[in-house]
Amino acid sequence: MNKKLIVSILAVVTLILTAPKLGWPQKGPIKIGFLAPVTGGGAAVGKDMTNAFSMYLEEIGYQIGGRKVEVIIEDTQGDPAQALTKLRKLVESDKVQVVAGAFLASEGYALAPKIDEYRVPTLFPVVSADDLTQRKPVKWLVRTGWSSSQPNQPFGEYAAKTLGYKRAVTVAMDYAFGWEQVGGFQRTFEEAGGQLVQKLWPPLGTTDFGPFLAQIKRDADAVFAVMVAASALRFPKQYQDAGLKARLPLIGGGTTFDEFVLPSLGDEAIGAVTPLIYSAAIDTPVNRRFVKEYRTKHGKVPSYYSETCYTAARWINEAAKAVGGNVEDRDKFLAALRKVEIPDAPRGAIKLDAHGNPIQNIYVRKVEKKDGELWNTVTHTFPSVSQFWKYKPEEFLKQPVYDRNYPPCKYC
Amino acid sequence: MEFWVSQTFNGISYGALLFLLAGGLSLIFGMMRIVNMTHGSYYLLGGYVALTVIWRTGSFVLAIFAGALAITLIGVCEWNAFLKRLSGQELGQVLTTMGFALIFQDLALIIWGGDPYTIPVPSVLSGAYQIGDFYFPIYRIFIIAVAAAVALVLWLVLEQTRVGAMMRATVDDPEMARGVGINVHGISMAVFALGAFLAAVAGVVAGGFVGVYPGADFEILPYAFVVVIVGGMGSLKGALVGSMLVGLLDNFGKALFPELSYFTLFAPMAAILAVRPTGLYGRA
Amino acid sequence: MVAIVFLLLLISPPFLSSFLLTLLTQALIYAILAMSLDIILGYTGLASLGHAAYFGLGAYSVGILATRHGAGFWITLPVGVLLAVTVAAIFGLVALRATGVYFLMITLALGMVVWGLAHRWVTMTQGDNGISAIPRPDLGLPWSLAHSIPFYYFALAGFLISFSILRVIVRSPFGRSLVGIRESESRMRTLGYHVWLHKYIGFVIAGGFAGFGGVLWAYYNGFVSPVDLQLATSVEVLLMVALGGRGTLLGPALGAGIIIMLKNLVSVYTHRWLLILGVVYIATIVYAPEGIVGAMRQWRRRVRPALVRSLEDQFGG
Repeated sequence: MNKKLIVSILAVVTLILTAPKLGWPQKGPIKIGFLAPVTGGGAAVGKDMTNAFSMYLEEIGYQIGGRKVEVIIEDTQGDPAQALTKLRKLVESDKVQVVAGAFLASEGYALAPKIDEYRVPTLFPVVSADDLTQRKPVKWLVRTGWSSSQPNQPFGEYAAKTLGYKRAVTVAMDYAFGWEQVGGFQRTFEEAGGQLVQKLWPPLGTTDFGPFLAQIKRDADAVFAVMVAASALRFPKQYQDAGLKARLPLIGGGTTFDEFVLPSLGDEAIGAVTPLIYSAAIDTPVNRRFVKEYRTKHGKVPSYYSETCYTAARWINEAAKAVGGNVEDRDKFLAALRKVEIPDAPRGAIKLDAHGNPIQNIYVRKVEKKDGELWNTVTHTFPSVSQFWKYKPEEFLKQPVYDRNYPPCKYC
Repeated sequence: MEFWVSQTFNGISYGALLFLLAGGLSLIFGMMRIVNMTHGSYYLLGGYVALTVIWRTGSFVLAIFAGALAITLIGVCEWNAFLKRLSGQELGQVLTTMGFALIFQDLALIIWGGDPYTIPVPSVLSGAYQIGDFYFPIYRIFIIAVAAAVALVLWLVLEQTRVGAMMRATVDDPEMARGVGINVHGISMAVFALGAFLAAVAGVVAGGFVGVYPGADFEILPYAFVVVIVGGMGSLKGALVGSMLVGLLDNFGKALFPELSYFTLFAPMAAILAVRPTGLYGRA
Repeated sequence: MVAIVFLLLLISPPFLSSFLLTLLTQALIYAILAMSLDIILGYTGLASLGHAAYFGLGAYSVGILATRHGAGFWITLPVGVLLAVTVAAIFGLVALRATGVYFLMITLALGMVVWGLAHRWVTMTQGDNGISAIPRPDLGLPWSLAHSIPFYYFALAGFLISFSILRVIVRSPFGRSLVGIRESESRMRTLGYHVWLHKYIGFVIAGGFAGFGGVLWAYYNGFVSPVDLQLATSVEVLLMVALGGRGTLLGPALGAGIIIMLKNLVSVYTHRWLLILGVVYIATIVYAPEGIVGAMRQWRRRVRPALVRSLEDQFGG
């Protein structure tokens, strides 16, 4: 008797909650779903992402093509499984017309199949997983950021030829991003005469690097570190405390010394050389204005996470303008997104290559102290670099994607 | 050579941290057989409270005590209000303490936000001692010192004082202890408080090193359980041995068999349990 | 009562929003996992803190075989279930040497071993990246399982099959002896039952069905990662069983549904869903230690007859 009552109530509640939905809303606000690590190890990154994305939309008054813009921010916690759940919610429950954001390469690979299944135009300003615009292209993805190996391919040459390093050790987070960053570096470093003598892979999220620092071969010339989020906060100090900073110059991937982590670091970071698509110290009027505005609003210097999300919001605006605000026509909107070119982003000129990844400048930066603050001073610029560097795309794509064991460690 | 020395040192310092965390848990476990999933939260909250205290007052020492005392209070309240009446019901304990762990996790998020922080340590504790080619970070030495001090104090209390004897009696056989006139209820509460206190201290101490961040509670929880199980529930000596073992196994495992690093930790745990279900030094 | 629910489950899909449909599909799959745990927790009285491991083993089998070797459903299903059963058989030998708190700890350790492998054996499991792009099974049916409604029915079929088999098991003499063991091991032993063997078989059966749930999960989600078998997941399954009512089979299924709905729907309205989940954990133990279905049965046994009697007294006849 009682079971019946409970069950009937459940049934009624279920039916109420399930009023049939009739497809996509016709006019009304443009809904953008934004995925970011609001909590977890990447929380500081998440803040940079959402702040910058909103900053651009504020500049245009949250209006695109005469329609109001609504942003729904969902927390992925930097976890691929959560990212997938939230994507499902954004598309199926919130009915967003476009998705942007996501943080880790692993999230990107997990979301990719679902994005194509949903046929929802998605922008990845931060996710740099190589294959998403190489061997596993995603039809509905527009990558407005970079690919993991893109900055490191020119940098490998730079490290061997300009910095003069012959033997390098890599310490990189053990997941797709770390593998691809090391791969790009290793390939050109060794082609330019260098040797990678050791590869260490601390798990993602490591906070105690003791076991790994103790293994670093002391007879190398430099250590190439790829750190992300909270690990980037811990690594330099521990590196210095282990007595390594004095003996082995620290170079690395751009995220290791990105602007988001510099304010929390001290003198242990000075002298580190890293390549990335952005530096807050880029000396152009556009960037100076961007840095000033971001700093006034949010009390800190923008990181590349901020720049890419800011530019992504602009990207959406440009594409939506091109289709007259009619983002409901998904195929047209996607085509417009792919055609966007931005000559004056804070990071420089950006346009997409034939595979959907930006061609942009790569800046080699060095951490220096200016007026009591740490900045990534630009020491060299490689103009208009693509994800394939100097290689022909067809040749490049024939080789497997960079991972733990590719390129193989010949000198280990 | 440098590798072995560094790794051993790292392993011992990590073991020291684990001892602080798990020592109290072992006593709680041994005495009250309570499976406390909130133990990781004590660790986390201790760190956060200490962080706030340091931001306000700048005193590291004050931070340690404030953090520890605040959490002890919370722990005792949790025990008094809920856990006391769940003795013998493992499922109830797991779920209740898990519920609290989730609540604390969300509260911490609301109060302190999602950013990872490091507790600023006094400069006397930063840097490293250099002995020839070997570098020993001073903070790690500090952790070992704190754990050693705590171990000493605990041992003195348990072995040399009357209160300690009462505690040992209650751990061994609560019914008998009650029969002899020991205030089992009071002692139990004291032990629970002690456990929470130690966990919070561990959180503060670790906060200066690996930092305080969302998720640290659930990250450290399995390690605490491993130490308690390997060392044996209710045994201080077991907690010490267990934590050293786990610290060393974890460090060497990560260095020598990176792909199997958790396996090298939990498989021995399972193996020890298979042979001695009460742990190395535990009593049934 | 139960029939009404099943009828609703059968006919409602075309009327539901796609979001709710996916949640229901998830609930059905987790219901299988919860029911499997009920066998050892509810019926045998053994609380396991590592049950998600078998779920994960089933899921990873699918992940690895389907993406790396292009294996079809009729291969991944037996492999997944067999792997879960085999590991449960091995783990059972170790775990069943203990009871109560110690059993909890051993199962925790064993669950962590499997989690550790999933997390760090990167060449096999892709570690934290997880395994993605798992294609839906191709069963040669006229409706492609890539669409949500056909897959819902697929999951429903899996649930009904699991439920039927488990129901037969718990109502059999074997199932009854498990309950006897839960009530008093020593009594069963003096009555001549081989207690250890009964517990062991129950443990292995539970692992097998959890593996089956995992296989379905991998196909549903298209993605497997260490999150699927972490400690928090094992604890959540315990909650599902406790909330629904242990030892009732349907209770845990209901509990699974409630928790899945709660987690997903609550987060639409508030970011504080962890807090709410935590409160649910505590409220369950404080207010409904026997779970919802358990409470209903108690009500039927105790309160209703008394109510009926007092009504009869009042109005005669």
